[in-house]
Amino acid sequence: MSVTQTIFDKSHEGRPGLALPPMDVPSVTLDRTLVRNVKAKLPQMSEFDVIRHYTNLSNKNMSIDKNFYPLGSCTMKYNPKITERVAALEGFTALHPHLVTNNMTDAMQGTLETIDMLEKTLCEVTGMDAFTTTPQAGAHGEMLGIMMIDAYHKSKGNKRKYVIVPDSSHGTNPATAAMVGYEVITIKSDANGAMDFDEFKAKMSDEVAAVMLTVPNTLGMYNKKIKDICEVAHSYDAMMYYDGANMNAIMGVAKPGEIGFDVIHINVHKTFATPHGGGGPGSGPVGVNEKLKPFLPDLGIKKVDGKYEIDHRNGTSIGKISPFFGQYGISLRAITYMTSLGGNGMYNASTKAVLNANYIRVRLRDYFDVPFDGLCMHECVFSAKTLAKNGVTAMDIAKYLIDFGMHAPTVYFPLIVKEAIMIEPTETENKETIDIFCDRMIKAVELARKDPAAFKAYPKTWGVSRPDDTLAIKELNVRSTH
Amino acid sequence: MPYTPHTKSDIKEMLDVIGLEKETDLFSSVPSDLRVDHLHLADGLDEFSTYSKFKNISKKNDVDKIMFMGGGYYDHIVPSAVDALAGRSEFYTAYTPYQAEASQGTLQCLYEFQSLICELTGMDVANASMYDGATALAESALMAVRLTRRNKILIDAGVNQTYIKVVQTYLKFRDIDVEVIQMDKDLTDFAAVEAKIDNTVAAYLFQNPNFFGNIQDFTSLVAKLHESKALAVMSAYPIALGTIKDPGSLDVDIVCGDGQCLGNYINFGGPTFGFMATKQEDIRNLPGRIIGKTKDQDGKEMFVLTMQAREQHIRRHRATSNICSNQNLLALRATMFMSLLGRDGFTQMSNLCFSKSEYLKAELAKIPSLSICNTAATFNEFVIETPLSADVLLSNLSDAGFYAGINLSNLYENHENKVMISVTEKRSKEELDALVAAIGAIL
Repeated sequence: MSVTQTIFDKSHEGRPGLALPPMDVPSVTLDRTLVRNVKAKLPQMSEFDVIRHYTNLSNKNMSIDKNFYPLGSCTMKYNPKITERVAALEGFTALHPHLVTNNMTDAMQGTLETIDMLEKTLCEVTGMDAFTTTPQAGAHGEMLGIMMIDAYHKSKGNKRKYVIVPDSSHGTNPATAAMVGYEVITIKSDANGAMDFDEFKAKMSDEVAAVMLTVPNTLGMYNKKIKDICEVAHSYDAMMYYDGANMNAIMGVAKPGEIGFDVIHINVHKTFATPHGGGGPGSGPVGVNEKLKPFLPDLGIKKVDGKYEIDHRNGTSIGKISPFFGQYGISLRAITYMTSLGGNGMYNASTKAVLNANYIRVRLRDYFDVPFDGLCMHECVFSAKTLAKNGVTAMDIAKYLIDFGMHAPTVYFPLIVKEAIMIEPTETENKETIDIFCDRMIKAVELARKDPAAFKAYPKTWGVSRPDDTLAIKELNVRSTH
Repeated sequence: MPYTPHTKSDIKEMLDVIGLEKETDLFSSVPSDLRVDHLHLADGLDEFSTYSKFKNISKKNDVDKIMFMGGGYYDHIVPSAVDALAGRSEFYTAYTPYQAEASQGTLQCLYEFQSLICELTGMDVANASMYDGATALAESALMAVRLTRRNKILIDAGVNQTYIKVVQTYLKFRDIDVEVIQMDKDLTDFAAVEAKIDNTVAAYLFQNPNFFGNIQDFTSLVAKLHESKALAVMSAYPIALGTIKDPGSLDVDIVCGDGQCLGNYINFGGPTFGFMATKQEDIRNLPGRIIGKTKDQDGKEMFVLTMQAREQHIRRHRATSNICSNQNLLALRATMFMSLLGRDGFTQMSNLCFSKSEYLKAELAKIPSLSICNTAATFNEFVIETPLSADVLLSNLSDAGFYAGINLSNLYENHENKVMISVTEKRSKEELDALVAAIGAIL
């Protein structure tokens, strides 16, 4: 039997699936010129067969609930179960978005209230003046942010061509700039891991639309020149874009809006504990200050005489980026988490996230190369370049770790660090777990010195080990041909 | 609830190791003039108070009515097995399958998802999902521009209007021309589209069934597009594909759509997912995540993220899209949903929607002052016109316990008295008859 027996391999001709509601009206057929003659080849399984198939597949995953998951830049914190219970309330799940089209706002006061709560809470946490929950993921929020910046410049008659990003940025930043029609200027990082201030000043001009920064940056470092960067950018009327991927480090510590940022996106699956879901669903609310407020997307909400109404934004709005309110159920989970956590809990979460990260940084700094020294924020970055001389790579360390019940850190990102290992423990992990992880990392270094060749066999416990990525592309197989 | 496990002695021990005295020292790298004192937010709540608060808020929504609204979001069954499987934390608390060995569960599910979307659409290849139907259509337009190196998109006015608006937003920042082709009454005007096709057109975007529920045969129009080397992009409603011809058999180039109907709740529009499928030769221009099958170092079959050189984390500003996430958990739900229904069940469900809609249409047509507006065959949505304004009719029906449809007068000019009704397998004959009686009583 192949390891990868799919649902199609398990299909059995004639086996009935889920029972459907009865055909209690005359069954009719569509005109033969329009009708589908050959049924889609979906599998034929019993309900229980399906349950067993996917339950067994679920066991082939690592997940936060089972494993320490220190994937840097991803904030793999515990997802409190209360958020799932609230999100499953029928009052929320059954609400139809076209009630907006019908102007039946009386029927949706509860949902609009939760959107208002989320917008207001995010404004307080970030120091921005207004938020929209329409973007459907962080990268979608980035796109909206750059679109609003573009609209701002056009409204002032500014002719802008470029977006500046540091070389440590997430790939979505330059990809987003290109998606909205901008060229990208990449600024290298200085010896402290911050965007090189002198090079930045030299590249800044009145052709630059925006500067996109992640704060703290992807090295887990807080840029001390952040305010100066904002001032230089604003002197050219360029907008400051805050990539909020790393908000988990600074809740209740610093507010992007007060520092001088004009627009921010939040990845709620990171800071606000919505499920990572194996890679989604996302939701990327975007906050703006007064300068960009006129360009917010359609739709919004407003309160008129104590009642929530839909704000159909026209005129200067950039238009629609989502049909209605984006991935609403995810917004609901986020505001549930924030309500449960509270303002005090947010500051506490950031404090413990930074405590855990620095504890790991100090426990491991004598064993790995430290590309940028000093206090880190919510994550720390090491390099395995010395071990690489023995033939042991960051990927080898990753493959070793997953055999010991812990997910690997992010490796090979940020791109500016050779053999990067990026560790983000989050605040919800206890000291014992972190110690086990650190001990295992130290054992990995010892093994790398003693018997580097041993790494190539890892992982050994997952049934499969080290995919051939080249073969995957050469003999492309992206669907079953059952 | 703080959700942090640290005891006082943990904190002290950890600070000692770091070499700091107190927790606030952890933030000493943040310049002091940027520091804030505290957040002006309420303190946290225990779990039970949190639940009561939101339960009470949820009661301010009115969802206790029989649903006949569609327009892209449909009241289909969500099997318990889907909730049970997708609720497994092994799926919902995992992340992007970067470490393939420890993510074979998610990866295999997505491989099966891609396969199921291909079966349903009749296309060669599919990605592992997009945000939703609207953004999937916008990404399809951008993909067509990349493939043809042309700069003009034609979009049929029969496409869901909110989708048209999203496509327009995406494309206006790229200086791509978008022309909306007006319909002939409620149908695609094939002659008008043909007249616009030339060698500057990248693609024509259409929806079948269109927003008003009409089904048309696009075969010859697709052939015309191909004569000018323009692409055909179709937005599809997956449940309808159990009844109407699959786009693959029409030689459509890119198929996309929204997957809410495949095992996901309506949820005020999200979370949902979008899908995109295309021809084998165009896979390199497909945005988003793609899962492939390969072998491990011992020759065993396994699944991996593949063709990542198209994506932003590798290609940065030269990527096919800035998209990073897929709507994984929702795509998983769809995979489970399609597997649960299976080959015959999916067809049967589609036919239930169609047959019940035909029944309701015929019964409503018997009301003398009501007319059915559609000028072609429909799947499970159709438009009625009455002597009453749509506002008045819908609000009376709401009082009678029905969300009877979508008010088209708020979307289109000259549609003052028109309402669009949608029927799914969930609506019993009793409910259909009750709606007919309620409308009859009002008119």
